[in-house]
Amino acid sequence: MLLVLPIIVPMFMAAVLLLIPWVRVQRWGAHVGALAQLGCGVALFHRVSQEGIQVLHVGGWRAPFGITLVADTLSSILVVAVGVVGTAITAFAFAGVDPRRESGGYHPLLMVLLMGVSGAFLTGDLFNLYVWFEVMLVASFVLMALHRTTAQVRAAFLYVTLNLLSSSFLLTALGILYGQSGTLNMADLSAAWQQNGPPRLHLPLAMLFLTAFGIKAALFPWFFWLPASYHTPPAAISAVFAGLLTKVGVYSMYRVFTLLFREVPSWVFVLIMVISAVTMVVGVTSALAQRDFRRVLSFNLVGHIGYTTMGLGLLTPIAVAGSLLYVVHHIIAITNLYLVGGIFLRLRRGSEFERLGGLYRTYPVLSVVSMIPIFALAGIPPLSGFVAKVVLVKATFAAGAYWLGAVALAVGLLSVLSMARLWDEGFWKPAAPDADKAKPIWPMVVPICALTLLSLGISAAAEPLLQLTSRAADQLLNPEPYVRAVLKEP
Amino acid sequence: MTTLILATLALAPLAAWLGGRSAKVATLLALWPLGLTVWFASALRILLQGGVVTDHVAWIPSLGLNLSFRLDGLSAVFALMITGIGTLIVVYGAHYLDGHPERGRFQASLFAFMAAMLGVVLTDNLFTLFVFWELTGFTSFLLIGFDHEKESSRRAATQALIVTGAGGLALLAAAVLISQVTGTLTIPELLSDRGLLTNHASYLPIVVLVLLAAFTKSAQFPFHFWLPGAMAAPTPVSAYLHSATMVKAGVYLVARLTPVLGGTLLWELPLVIIGGLTMLGGAYRAVQETDLKRVLAYSTVSALGTLFLLLGLGSEAAFTAAIVYLVAHACYKGALFQVAGVVDHATGTRDIRRLAGLRALLPQTSLAGLLAAASMVGLPLTIGFVAKELVYEAGLKYALSPFALVPAVVVGSALLGVCGLLAGFGPFFTPGAPPEGSHRASAGLWFGPLTLAVLGLLFGSAPGLTSGVFSLAASAVAGRSVEAHLALWHGLGLPLGLSALTLLLVALLYRARKLVRARAWPRSLGFERGFTGFLRIMDFISGRIGPPLQESSLASYALTFVLSAGTLVGVGYYLTAERVSLDGLLDVRAYELAISGLIILGAIGAVRARTTMTAVLCLGTSGYGVALTFLLFGAPDLAMTQFAAETLTAVIFVFVFWQFPRVDQASARLVKLRDAIIACGCGVLVTLLALDSATLPTTRRLSDFYAEAAPSLAHGRNIVNVILVDFRAFDTLGEITVLVTAAVGVVALLRIAAAERQGG
Repeated sequence: MLLVLPIIVPMFMAAVLLLIPWVRVQRWGAHVGALAQLGCGVALFHRVSQEGIQVLHVGGWRAPFGITLVADTLSSILVVAVGVVGTAITAFAFAGVDPRRESGGYHPLLMVLLMGVSGAFLTGDLFNLYVWFEVMLVASFVLMALHRTTAQVRAAFLYVTLNLLSSSFLLTALGILYGQSGTLNMADLSAAWQQNGPPRLHLPLAMLFLTAFGIKAALFPWFFWLPASYHTPPAAISAVFAGLLTKVGVYSMYRVFTLLFREVPSWVFVLIMVISAVTMVVGVTSALAQRDFRRVLSFNLVGHIGYTTMGLGLLTPIAVAGSLLYVVHHIIAITNLYLVGGIFLRLRRGSEFERLGGLYRTYPVLSVVSMIPIFALAGIPPLSGFVAKVVLVKATFAAGAYWLGAVALAVGLLSVLSMARLWDEGFWKPAAPDADKAKPIWPMVVPICALTLLSLGISAAAEPLLQLTSRAADQLLNPEPYVRAVLKEP
Repeated sequence: MTTLILATLALAPLAAWLGGRSAKVATLLALWPLGLTVWFASALRILLQGGVVTDHVAWIPSLGLNLSFRLDGLSAVFALMITGIGTLIVVYGAHYLDGHPERGRFQASLFAFMAAMLGVVLTDNLFTLFVFWELTGFTSFLLIGFDHEKESSRRAATQALIVTGAGGLALLAAAVLISQVTGTLTIPELLSDRGLLTNHASYLPIVVLVLLAAFTKSAQFPFHFWLPGAMAAPTPVSAYLHSATMVKAGVYLVARLTPVLGGTLLWELPLVIIGGLTMLGGAYRAVQETDLKRVLAYSTVSALGTLFLLLGLGSEAAFTAAIVYLVAHACYKGALFQVAGVVDHATGTRDIRRLAGLRALLPQTSLAGLLAAASMVGLPLTIGFVAKELVYEAGLKYALSPFALVPAVVVGSALLGVCGLLAGFGPFFTPGAPPEGSHRASAGLWFGPLTLAVLGLLFGSAPGLTSGVFSLAASAVAGRSVEAHLALWHGLGLPLGLSALTLLLVALLYRARKLVRARAWPRSLGFERGFTGFLRIMDFISGRIGPPLQESSLASYALTFVLSAGTLVGVGYYLTAERVSLDGLLDVRAYELAISGLIILGAIGAVRARTTMTAVLCLGTSGYGVALTFLLFGAPDLAMTQFAAETLTAVIFVFVFWQFPRVDQASARLVKLRDAIIACGCGVLVTLLALDSATLPTTRRLSDFYAEAAPSLAHGRNIVNVILVDFRAFDTLGEITVLVTAAVGVVALLRIAAAERQGG
């Protein structure tokens, strides 16, 4: 029962919020919903770490006939992360999103989005995964388009069209897969392929999945939709997108490539390494010349996705553990930075560099609190990004992929440059003379402080976290317990 | 030691608070580093008795990354420099920045830096060293950019961060390689199996990476340019980080790893060559500068070169000389920087051409300057003299080529001596009037430099005081026991002669200083321009690739998606497919052909349509065709759903798009042709895949189960319905959510539109 709660709780809250016309009450409702989801996530995480992989056959229909929800270590970590991001965002939203969006259903839509993300992390069925992708897509599209300014509608249109293209690739893949194997339950597929060998078309199928999820994860050459759209919506929307949506694509890649496509020729994994490397280089390099706080973040977000998929290319336990640790760090840090971008939107009425500056002089404490995620994202030790980076460099060297390690290090340096400029332009340089006199308000500052503390906590608790992601990596690379847990007779 | 370091870091907020108050209160902060100095000094007793002090706190054991510290002679010398000079700098900084609105943050950064720097020199773990190393670079970034409203400060800060950061990453790579070869990261364990590393294939990359790290951090040619740039920092920072401590981290790294990696030509030759070049080049540039701080900055670059040169010589004498030179340099250069700061503070200028006759105005400072300059020139009774004697001795013993080396060292020392006079003697004792508006300096300002300068004199006149510690430090570098012979009087010999020659040269060159300055050629070798050029190139590339990634047309993005997916899947299919068997597929009825024709015609019509309306209707035709096939193949429910969906879509489209103009036909013929080819290619590919998967004997496990279980277990006779509302009800829940969400969006957009119409 616990397994379905992270999906059902936000859905229930979304339904309730749709019936409540008062925005203030909606804010509280959304926050309570997110907190409740976080609670369920933590409880699930606890259960998984105590009792191992959790399985729920929805409606009592055994796999592969019904839909199965599965929580292994990775899923449970990510569900907790969804709760954390949701809680931070709903707290931030007390400062107000724009009135149009709020009265147009921002809060219930956000709940739907959280529901979709949790569903994607928990499902054990590929068609069900497709459904959760649709839920996420429609919720995020409506959130983006609600404001109806030209730039935002254009961005939203681009976003939805390109993502629908990804959905159609995914659907094609599912059709062919079903035609080949007669089932879409991942554990069932894994067991059948293990026993009878993979079907003949598994290589083109792998490519279709790679493309479909690569688009969702914003890998090169499919990431255009992200920098073209993420800088337009307000912080309370872009932060949750940045923190969670691409990670669902990354997660799905890990799932299908470790459960299903284990037998593909090794060049496929080299291809994933190359794609990761090019994504890192192109993403972070493109960030350098951007003159807008949020655009810089968007491109860095893209670049850093490469770190999260490197592990899949290397496919060694330590590499996967490193990449997953990076995912955890990145969810917290990038969400936080988009929220910092929200502070700029309030104080300077924009995030273009010409409008920014002067924060370090006026708000030293807030600046230091923001400095931590900025330089954590850049990977400056001992802040949270560096542990994962050290693990990844170690993993690339150990696998003999020195070139990939060198790319990871060089991109790290470019990232430092990009983030140092962000700090320069946002905080250090003097404010424009006509800078607004608006002040940061508590609902904005509190979630930023909390996420910063979490970032610091990741460094301090690096060892248990690394053990955790190592366990998650182990479960991914040795899927037999997962398969057994799903398929075992009641 | 872990507690001490973490406490120093944790005291940073307190430092921000206390430091932000009056200079007197801020001075109290110096008690902490003073206490640390006492702690390390008392720990010396244990070291001199042959012990070591260790401390170990696990942090990330599975990475081998632990807070493990080990105090030996080398670490102790550095730790004492860091805490001792740190004490003086806290006092000096409190007075130097008195009244500055951000002085609290300055003290906080200083404490953070002190913690990081102590970490660098105390840890015995290479990963931990990397962590603290980067942290010193980061705190240095914050301190260089202290004057953050000036663009030049910010630029210098970023430049230093990037150059030393690159070195830090090299250090990380080296550490990973070392751990790969030896399976350990701690230095005592590395020492025990030395041969493993030097004979390994990874030895060359390890050496290159370690030296890269050291040379960038310690501002060696060709990475030296960031250090003069770092003079944008307030003077206390220049005195502390950029002359006495942080820039010596590279020297420390090389010294620390010499017993592990050293003893080979591959290790020593680059040290001698790069160190020697930097020594000469830095000293030459230093005497050409007119800004006091830049004179001192370049002379620091030169001194760091000398240190690397000494470490590269590889003899015990050279190691001893390096340690003594290190301490001597910290004393006199730390003092001279602070003197420069006092002069700047008192007169408002740092231009040595304008500074003269300050002795009466700044008596204590002038004494500090004089003593420090004497040590830098190398007058007897100063530690500078002792150090120089040792350097000459080591140079003369150099086996490879003393004849090239010794003259270079003499010239370098002479030029450095001139710098000492320019900074510590000239401003006070050059006859002339002080610049207008000059004022006196408070005790808090002259206390620091005078203490350091007197210490230099003390160490030089009583060498017995320090020789024990220096021996320990030199032993740590050599990896075996070394006895440092420090004496006031080394006896008559070649070194003494060389010292005398140096003094003569200093005197001559100082008299001719204006001439030297005028003959400034070449002023700069352009490595800084190289660095900014690199940044500009990166920005240029970034500026070229950024816009197309976010501002191109939707069509071009879609094209990329389809083309890349088509290529990948096509390659995958080509590699795995067998010939598609057409048996059983050619058994086609005429009406099936007709329906297929309808679908195809609909698609072609949609593509060629000139109005949106036509396109929608054509698509609807295709959709009806698909629904018909469902009907023919025994899925009437599905067909009905499809008919309903197609009809609804068409109706909605008609409602939404009836006012849209004709479809834009701007695409050129060639573009259309290209798109057509790609679209057809992908269509063929998907068809092949579909045919191929359809020819497989699919398992009927699921449909059999559904057929059986629907009536018996789920109590429903319509299997499709039972699947939707029971077997896979969770999917339906998700799809309902999609519909509701879309409806919410439509309602909200309509309301906004209505409000807009009313409002405007």
